[in-house]
Amino acid sequence: MASVHLESHDDLGTAVRVRLAGFVRSLRDSGYKVGLGETEDAIRLLRSDIIKRPQRLKEAFRALFSGRLSDWTKFDDVFDAYWLGRGVKSGIKVSGSSSRKTTKTIREMVDAQGPPQDTIAGDVDRVPGEEDEPSDETPSGRREGASIADHLGKADFRNIHDPEQLAKAHELAEKLARAMRIRLTRRDKQKRKGPRLDLRKTIRHSIAQGGTPIELIRKGPRTRQLRLVILLDASGSMSNYTGVFTRFVHGLLDNFREAEAFLFHTRLVHVSSALSERDATRALDRMGLMAQGIGGGTKIGEALADFNRSHAARVIHSRTCVMILSDGYDTGTPDQLGDEMARLRKRCKRIIWLNPMIGWDGYEPVTGGMQAALPHVDLFAPAHNLDSLAALEPYLERL
Amino acid sequence: MTTQTKDTLAEALAGAGYVADDGLAMALLLTEMLNRPLLLEGEAGVGKTEVAKALAKLDNTDLIRLQCYEGLDRSDAIYEWNYQRQLLAIKAREGSGDNAETVEEAVFSEKYLLERPLLAAIRQDKAPVLLIDEVDRADEEFEAFLLELLSDFQVSIPELGTIEAKSIPRVILTSNGTRELSDALRRRCLYHYVDYPDPSREARILLSRVEGLDTALALQIAELMGKLRKEDLTKVPGVAETIDWAAALVGLGTKNLHERRETVFDTLVCVLKTREDQARITPEVTDRLLGKVA
Repeated sequence: MASVHLESHDDLGTAVRVRLAGFVRSLRDSGYKVGLGETEDAIRLLRSDIIKRPQRLKEAFRALFSGRLSDWTKFDDVFDAYWLGRGVKSGIKVSGSSSRKTTKTIREMVDAQGPPQDTIAGDVDRVPGEEDEPSDETPSGRREGASIADHLGKADFRNIHDPEQLAKAHELAEKLARAMRIRLTRRDKQKRKGPRLDLRKTIRHSIAQGGTPIELIRKGPRTRQLRLVILLDASGSMSNYTGVFTRFVHGLLDNFREAEAFLFHTRLVHVSSALSERDATRALDRMGLMAQGIGGGTKIGEALADFNRSHAARVIHSRTCVMILSDGYDTGTPDQLGDEMARLRKRCKRIIWLNPMIGWDGYEPVTGGMQAALPHVDLFAPAHNLDSLAALEPYLERL
Repeated sequence: MTTQTKDTLAEALAGAGYVADDGLAMALLLTEMLNRPLLLEGEAGVGKTEVAKALAKLDNTDLIRLQCYEGLDRSDAIYEWNYQRQLLAIKAREGSGDNAETVEEAVFSEKYLLERPLLAAIRQDKAPVLLIDEVDRADEEFEAFLLELLSDFQVSIPELGTIEAKSIPRVILTSNGTRELSDALRRRCLYHYVDYPDPSREARILLSRVEGLDTALALQIAELMGKLRKEDLTKVPGVAETIDWAAALVGLGTKNLHERRETVFDTLVCVLKTREDQARITPEVTDRLLGKVA
């Protein structure tokens, strides 16, 4: 097996070790997940004789340190920047410093609001409007949060102007999404009862009874998770809502692997990787960087076409629910939007269209784009305040 | 296997029917050197599975393949007890007066153990190539089983104890990216992204796989495929399709694509696999694509 011979005669010099440690650090700064194991292997590689030229070292390190396509494609830049002293194109420093600043502010926000991590159950129960009655008590940290939730639940996001209130709405949207996510996952686990016989356990039990399988032990069906694919409209007309929606989406996606998110405007950007960042503010920061450079009107049809062509085959399976968050103002042709919606409909299980304008008095979906899209939509629901977001859960649960 | 450098490995692989680029050759060399599995990601049809096949051929060893799917579990992938035989054995001992413990011991022994691919892979005398195909289709829990196996190369069976690897297989995992894999699994593996080959590499692949194909035609086909993949297609054709198509063209006695436009159009069924795509690539489009070919 190990026909490649590792030379283990003399140890690596300290200088090389220090350089390597620096490289590992710069990889981590760029978002690579590098552990001790990789570093040890890197030392083995440096000791071996298969690497004689820098190009070889780069290839070897790329295979060793990369974990995913994004790591793999940017590896050359990171490597060259560190070992060959060439400038890095990406704005790592900029995003790092700004995120640190914003992280601090969100921490301040959380501190101001009370205990940073309420229990999940607490969150679930406090879905706005469900439990908390207005109370005369002196507001403690918790109560205060709840009553604000109550008050915020019905307020249209576009009417919330106070930055502090808005920040709270953002935070609540995210908490709400997390609670929904956890409940959706738990529902799967509780369903484990079913018709299949578990022969292995049955036989094991039957031994005590002389081999007669008196007690039959059953196996539940394999539980299958719903996958969410979210397409978020980030155009100018949605600007009042994008903030709160991105937090909502982040809450749904965080650490939940069965979900993908895309942002569209005049073109489509895949933002799942940015949103997989644990820290909300940092995630939004990264997403902002990814979405930069898009502007002008919304071309929903084109964005959907791009999605259908380049991403659908990969991210959609038969139990996928596609959630589109958009006001339906489309500068493209309604025909294209209709066609692309039809194509998308064929692939997935459900399409939910959340439109903040449904919440407005007297709104009718009369725009050409919305008209073309509606026949292919399973649920057309409002999403203008926290209550309307919370109302989605029972629907998602039925999927 | 006596490969010492990346280049000799690439050469040897080419001999086994796989034309690898530099990065892949290096990654393969490292799998051997560091005893780490290699995770290959890329679009369907770029030849990820072929890598494992070529490797097995090159090492002159067995290829053990585990095709992943939703719902794949331990009993399909690692081991299972032979229940029918166990039941029979228990029945046969009924009158023997053995106590339950003895029966249990007898029934849960090696004799009644059914090996599934992962257990089989670590119990070979000669290290095989283990191909875990489309790992992204398996469920997340399954990844956890894999991690145990891939980090320690051992399997624990409650009734028997721990079974350690006789030989450590070379592991190739492939993924089409339908589901995000866990960081733990990714970190355990070396990584390489397999892209569609560029025309010169695709031509070399064709030459190694299709008999009676001459170099000029191979290059024409490969270049045409390159252009075709840039068209707006529902299902982008992979390398396997190119090979089929080249074989079809050779079979029809084609020498030069430009002289046989009709044949080219008629044989496009080899590479276009959906009705929409076939409708999209009209004779005019074919002409346009051909026009671009040098």
